[in-house]
Amino acid sequence: MSVRTPRWLYGVLSLGLVVMVGPFVWMLLASVKPEREIRQVPPTWLPETFTLENYTALFSRLDFPTFFTNSMLVAVAVTLGNLVFCSMVGYALAKLDFPGKRTLFALIVATLMVPGMVVFIPQFVLVANLGLVDTYPGLILPFLVAPFGIFLMRQFIGGLPDELIDAARVDGAGEMRIFARVVLPLCGPALATLAILTFLGSWNNFLWPLVVAQSEDKYTLPIALALYATGQNQTDFGLLLAGAVVVVTPVIVIFLALQRHFTQGIATTGIK
Amino acid sequence: MTAVTAPTALGAPSTAAVVTAPARRRPRLTPMRRRRALVAWGFCLPFLVLFVTFTAGPVVASLAMALTDMRSADLRSPFAVNSVGLGNFVQLLGDTRFLTSLRVTAVFVLVGVPLTLTLALAAAVGLNRVSRLRSLFRVGYYLPVVTSIVAVAVVWRFLLQPDSGLVNTMLGLVGIAGPTWLDSTTWALPALIAMGAWRNLGTLMVIFLAGLQTVPRQEYEAASLDGANAWQQFRFVTLPTLRPVMLFGAVITTIGYLQFFEEPFVMTQGGPLDSTLSVSYFVYQQFGFGNYGYAAAASYVLFVCIVALTAVQFRVFRER
Repeated sequence: MSVRTPRWLYGVLSLGLVVMVGPFVWMLLASVKPEREIRQVPPTWLPETFTLENYTALFSRLDFPTFFTNSMLVAVAVTLGNLVFCSMVGYALAKLDFPGKRTLFALIVATLMVPGMVVFIPQFVLVANLGLVDTYPGLILPFLVAPFGIFLMRQFIGGLPDELIDAARVDGAGEMRIFARVVLPLCGPALATLAILTFLGSWNNFLWPLVVAQSEDKYTLPIALALYATGQNQTDFGLLLAGAVVVVTPVIVIFLALQRHFTQGIATTGIK
Repeated sequence: MTAVTAPTALGAPSTAAVVTAPARRRPRLTPMRRRRALVAWGFCLPFLVLFVTFTAGPVVASLAMALTDMRSADLRSPFAVNSVGLGNFVQLLGDTRFLTSLRVTAVFVLVGVPLTLTLALAAAVGLNRVSRLRSLFRVGYYLPVVTSIVAVAVVWRFLLQPDSGLVNTMLGLVGIAGPTWLDSTTWALPALIAMGAWRNLGTLMVIFLAGLQTVPRQEYEAASLDGANAWQQFRFVTLPTLRPVMLFGAVITTIGYLQFFEEPFVMTQGGPLDSTLSVSYFVYQQFGFGNYGYAAAASYVLFVCIVALTAVQFRVFRER
């Protein structure tokens, strides 16, 4: 379509951009305003008085370093698990032939329709009976593999040439060795996508940690913030906004640095 | 096409397996094949253990639980509960709060899904036509997708403040007295729907953008030679090519929206007066009250709705 771009289109898209990104800009700006200015009517855009008191309050009134560490620990463990387990299953589904393969894949696809709430209650009963409530394993174990990761890895590994794998087989390499030495090193882009998306999913995960993390030293960042926000402090805007900035910043940094992998990953699993 | 087609389309491999089963009956028991199969299942083993424990098992357990009077007091002895048959389901049908939650969820899906799809499609088509700043727009539109709902809620609750919020301030500039949004039984749900669309359109936009790359350039040229204007090109060239992508987008968005939970949890706690009480939030509340069996039954109603709606969508989009 060799049509020149009409100027109004840029106008509409820019307006859309303001709606999509504006709230984040406003959040950042408001988080460095004193409480009084945040509540001011009419609201100000740029801070008239610059202050970091909302951020220092995060550390004095909440145990923020602990929440941050918990979020990080859980997200890293969940990501590692998905990288290893999803790529193993992905390899088996893409390149190995075995009885039951189709059924297995159909089963994985079908789980996409299962609402979180259906598995949530039995999972909680199970975790409670295993004595894992309020522990890191309790927060991590249910998320170590996800159908999405399996699709992604199966899709990617399926695109690798069979000759490579056959050649390695002819050389007498076992499947484990082929997987680790031939297949995985070629999966860089897919693993990167999976790592980012899983990390984010875990970082933003809400319902499960809300129920399983029961003492404050196991709270993840979003849980700590949500509980603070729905408690008696819900009018403590300055602190909440600063907390929101801290929750969102690592994610936005990762996203901006690696945004290409995101869109590729979503397009890959979405299209084919 | 029969309704059977729908689940088939999603779980295509399973039917394919049934259909091709006779053809695939080849000698399986050669030592070589058996070894290969063992290795393959070995690769799947860690996944299988986790999958059976944390997904497949709970799906079955949930159904079993739905047929009992299990309460939080039975947490340590989940097998020592009484069967109530379909009692929980009968009770649900007479529970006005559950019926309210069904209605709220239906509105969220019926308004939210088309809204999100349309906005995402418009954004994708727009972005596909601009040459400069495209990646800036794409990153910006996608940003809400990656951010925590909790952080988003803090900001939105603030933007929607009746007197000092930015939204009503803006409306005031054009002479409209904005409603009290989250405190209003009329406006709380629309606010959550808008927020859902805002938060989810990025994912769909990216999928649609990828789909738009597959529209052959020659078709546009041919259409424009035939005298088709921009709208006609969109209607008769772009849309038909995008159909499979639209189906995928509609299905994942519907499945997601049917389960909407986080928005009411962090924004309104289901209120005011249950006007934003979703089915998932109802389940969560019942779980919180300790009514495990009852909550499981409600969650299964949602499950059935999701399967049914997915089936309907496949049928509607496939035909025509």
